[in-house]
Amino acid sequence: MVDAPALEQALAELRVAPAAALTVRLARANLHDIGPAWLLHETLAGLRSRGAGVTIEGPVPEHFTYFDELLARDAGTWAPAGPPTAQERLAAAGRAVESRLRSWYEALVYGGRLVESAATAWRSVKRLRIPSIVRHMHETGVQAIPVVAVIAMLISVISAYIGAQQLRPFGAEIFTVDLVAIGVLRELGVLLTAIMVAGRTGSAYAAELGVMKLNDEVDALESMGMNPYEVLVLPRVVALVLVLPLLTIVADATGLIGGAFLTSYLLDLPWSQFVARLDAAIAPTTFWAGLVKAPVFGLLIALTGTLRGLQVRESSRELGRLTTVAVVQSIFLVIFADALFAIFFLEIDF
Amino acid sequence: MAGPLIVVRDVVNRFGEQVVHDGVSFEVQPGEIFGIVGGSGSGKSVLLKTMLGLRRPDSGTVVLEGRDITAMGEQELREVKRRYGVTFQHGALFTSLTVAENVTLPLAEAMDLDEAVYRRLVELRLRMVGLPLEAAAKYPAQLSGGMIKRAALARALALDPSILFLDEPTAGLDPIAAAAFDELVLYLRDTLRLTIVMVTHDLDTLMRTCDRVAVLVDRKVIVDTLEGVVRNDHPWIRHYFHGARARSMVSRPEDPRGA
Repeated sequence: MVDAPALEQALAELRVAPAAALTVRLARANLHDIGPAWLLHETLAGLRSRGAGVTIEGPVPEHFTYFDELLARDAGTWAPAGPPTAQERLAAAGRAVESRLRSWYEALVYGGRLVESAATAWRSVKRLRIPSIVRHMHETGVQAIPVVAVIAMLISVISAYIGAQQLRPFGAEIFTVDLVAIGVLRELGVLLTAIMVAGRTGSAYAAELGVMKLNDEVDALESMGMNPYEVLVLPRVVALVLVLPLLTIVADATGLIGGAFLTSYLLDLPWSQFVARLDAAIAPTTFWAGLVKAPVFGLLIALTGTLRGLQVRESSRELGRLTTVAVVQSIFLVIFADALFAIFFLEIDF
Repeated sequence: MAGPLIVVRDVVNRFGEQVVHDGVSFEVQPGEIFGIVGGSGSGKSVLLKTMLGLRRPDSGTVVLEGRDITAMGEQELREVKRRYGVTFQHGALFTSLTVAENVTLPLAEAMDLDEAVYRRLVELRLRMVGLPLEAAAKYPAQLSGGMIKRAALARALALDPSILFLDEPTAGLDPIAAAAFDELVLYLRDTLRLTIVMVTHDLDTLMRTCDRVAVLVDRKVIVDTLEGVVRNDHPWIRHYFHGARARSMVSRPEDPRGA
């Protein structure tokens, strides 16, 4: 097969040559080289069909009889893919619209079935699947503590640093504490936690459920009379709704510690004064204004991840695509919801 | 080439404490169809992976066409791997590529040709494995189990291999499709003079296609012609060839000891 490119070049010249009488003499024929032999066979057949007299001198490659045999069998046709016609374009556009509508419809069905499962699952402790919820809380919460803590600390250090630099010309460095405290507690803590969790857990939910779907595990559950929404989706959603506020508290705490550390280092502000200033800076509602958003973000991330996971069908390519969609959409939804919260809090003066 | 095409000598494979192969040796002659059978967990797939150079044995050597693949560097091994074709149990077609693209992939990787030439070569492979040409533009998810096996074989044949390794080629196929696949394997061996090594559980396939059989039992291997293996007295082999499922197709020859 290694000689194929060289042979193909020679054959290409042969193909465009004016039709005439041609004698082929084969010097050597390698036993396994069926690919090049096929190219030669095809070229000679093409020349014959154009009226050239082709004779093969010496030994005919033994594959040629095999090729004649193959070609005698009907294998159908392989239509070359031409540029799409107007009709095909219209059909593609229609399919795109249909799949978008179907995706909305599936989300609606999914929401309905989830609410239905949740409504019935409350009735018994067993159907709440506490062990499953605890396991998911451990995986999505406890194991995420280090990364969430480090990210929150770094971001608050960065904002404290920039704040101190900008406020110093006005002699207002002390307000760096306000900046860090309000920024972290109201927005940064919960938002960064939600984004980290969306990347970490939203993708994991989609991938886990997607693989279960591909392995027919979801069908297996259903065939045993179990409700996959109750067994698979609900524990994940409940776990994340419970876990995200807790992670937010961790992020708030480490964020404030980071801020305190940087102000003490940069502004020579002792920790006791940081705490005193902190007390003055924040309203009683500041902490809660951040925290109440956490369960909503958790719900959005969990719903997006599990929905996209359950939409996987047929192939592993779908799995990759829908996992990406789950992460991108959940981050988008989190930020969108945060914006709505900001407007809402402004209106009610929270 | 004179002499055996594949030589496996004293191969030992172990996973931690567990020894899978403890000194496995056999040879495969050019042009034969060599079957590997064994119970679940007897290490058939591990043995196949060792022969493919995908796994280095803990000791022992594997020689393909006179070259020891267990003592090779990565680069050289990659060159050798192009010389044989492999099909995996579940086809292992790339799901994001069409059948035609799956078959083109090894070709395009190995040599630079025009699209039209790739197309012609893909057409040959599809014809060879008996796939309708309409299947070329389809994705693996759109194919039936039998067609996936054939497409995988087409991809394995793309580079004109001299040795073909088939892992459970007929598993999951209905008897008619399995029989057709057996015919195809025999036909390819006869017309292309390929050497074929296959791992199989399918007694029908074993009976119909294999010239010699290696049975993996007790971490060792017993190699013989089919008739010889059938007459072997090892309890597992007796069970395998004379169990309830096998009795219908193998009538045991008269016991040589006249018992």
